[in-house]
Amino acid sequence: MPSELVTNLAILVLAGFIGFAVISKVPNTLHTPLMSGTNAIHGIVVLAGLLVIGFSGNGFLNKVILVIAIAFGTINVVGGFLVTDRMLAMFKRKPTPPAAPEDGQDK
Amino acid sequence: MILGAFLQDANFLDVLYIVAFGLFIYGLSGLTGPSTAVRGNRIAAVGMGVAVIATLLNRGEGNWGLIVLGVAIGTAVGVPAARQVKMTAMPQMVALFNGVGGGAVALVAWAEFRNTGGYSTGTPLYFACFSLFAAIVGSVSFWGSNIAFAKLQGLLPGKPITLGPAQQLINGGLFAAAVALAVVIAAGSHSGFVFVLILLIAGVLGNFVVLPIGGADMPVVISLLNAFTGLSAAATGVALNNPALIVAGMIVGASGTILTNLMAEAMNRSIPGIVAGGFGGGGVVEGASGAGEHAGTVRSTTAADVAVQLAYARLVVVVPGYGMAVAQAQHAVRELAKELEKRGVEVKYAIHPVAGRMPGHMNVLLAEADVPYEQLREMDDINPEFARTDVALVIGANDVTNPAAKTNASSPIFGMPILEVSDSHSVIVIKRSMNPGFAGVDNELYYDPKTSMLFADAKAGVNEITAELAQL
Repeated sequence: MPSELVTNLAILVLAGFIGFAVISKVPNTLHTPLMSGTNAIHGIVVLAGLLVIGFSGNGFLNKVILVIAIAFGTINVVGGFLVTDRMLAMFKRKPTPPAAPEDGQDK
Repeated sequence: MILGAFLQDANFLDVLYIVAFGLFIYGLSGLTGPSTAVRGNRIAAVGMGVAVIATLLNRGEGNWGLIVLGVAIGTAVGVPAARQVKMTAMPQMVALFNGVGGGAVALVAWAEFRNTGGYSTGTPLYFACFSLFAAIVGSVSFWGSNIAFAKLQGLLPGKPITLGPAQQLINGGLFAAAVALAVVIAAGSHSGFVFVLILLIAGVLGNFVVLPIGGADMPVVISLLNAFTGLSAAATGVALNNPALIVAGMIVGASGTILTNLMAEAMNRSIPGIVAGGFGGGGVVEGASGAGEHAGTVRSTTAADVAVQLAYARLVVVVPGYGMAVAQAQHAVRELAKELEKRGVEVKYAIHPVAGRMPGHMNVLLAEADVPYEQLREMDDINPEFARTDVALVIGANDVTNPAAKTNASSPIFGMPILEVSDSHSVIVIKRSMNPGFAGVDNELYYDPKTSMLFADAKAGVNEITAELAQL
């Protein structure tokens, strides 16, 4: 068995436990932003697209597949983080209740 | 020159990956509190930036133009979508982003297969195994998430669509077929046709797994698919020997699993039960026809009456649900609460863990309307308080208030923890019609003599009450 595989499996298992430990502390209130935030993080597959498109010997179809994969991954990352940021911005504690809140557009 | 060599040193790049996943973990731990959450998310985003830069430094061939093209398309689609989506549509947005992530995993796996000549000799067996795993799970996640998106967006009916009792057998068969074909490839076949067939079978499986699931269970499914995409990304990371992918993917896998469990628990449903489809089989049909058969009578009320009742209450507990989200009524609710607070009425919000279409969905919406965080109470917190509540104002919530979950052992939702609104002195339900909720179950609460119904769209109804209140 290749040694890099063994190292990677060790990383895999440890990361799983860290994930459990970190996430189990998140309060109910923040579950939606959390779901969306972790969603953005798995957009990291864009790296895989970037790596594989760098391999030699990619034919035309492969290039098309990988461009789509990179586009998908980018949507996942960029969209995910932006949406999470928008959601979380609403949880920010307002310093003082403003006299005229800016929720006018909903009336 | 020395700097250039250093920047391309493989060990240095691995260090960058370690920095990246360190930032992911640190960022996510910031999500444990509302005050650190914004920063946490941004830290994770910085981690992503570091990981991408490390990868770009590390690449072999050129193809820079194609990379720019892919990233440009992704940005052009992703940024406006994320900016413009309404807070109420967040669940389907998450489903969609999850889907494209799964799609990317499956496509990368396909490209790996083609690039290595079908995992030909020289490719380690573990590469093929992890890549095939990623292909199957990624494809299931892509198609499943798209169906979930279509259902939540209303492009497909929210009700379960099933193939009948054979469904599980067919799904099992599809899964077995995908795995068998994967074994054929791992055992030495280089056939591109077989690989595409695997992707297709997994895609059909993704469709079949999500189609039978009712709208109420959708958040659980999205969370599960989120975990799937994470795991498939981790598998891709092992195949490509990339620690950042492994760590990020596993963290998502773990968090998705935890969230899925929490949600299933909050609904008193088992995950296999949800994935098996429908709501307890016959329960859906039974409940839907049940509305007409009920012996009790429903008391309807007017906005003016509600206003009076609220104005003379001491404690009003607002119970929001998906109806409030659909009607975009959160700002109207906040206005009503302000008007009540001016009159010295205490207002609290009771948030059921699965109210809306996602855990925490109501919190996001109410936070958007500037409702103070401290007024939002979780179920276990608020349930004892209903006994001293004068008016429980149920806005677009249904199944999470249904007493049948406690009293009727034959009900499909029996055992689900609920908000015990029927303990309060009186209950007002704002609802458009007597249609049952997403679970398709009749709600006995509406026939309770303490309950009055205000038949209106959540936003229009609440606005009317506020207007009446201002005239008192």
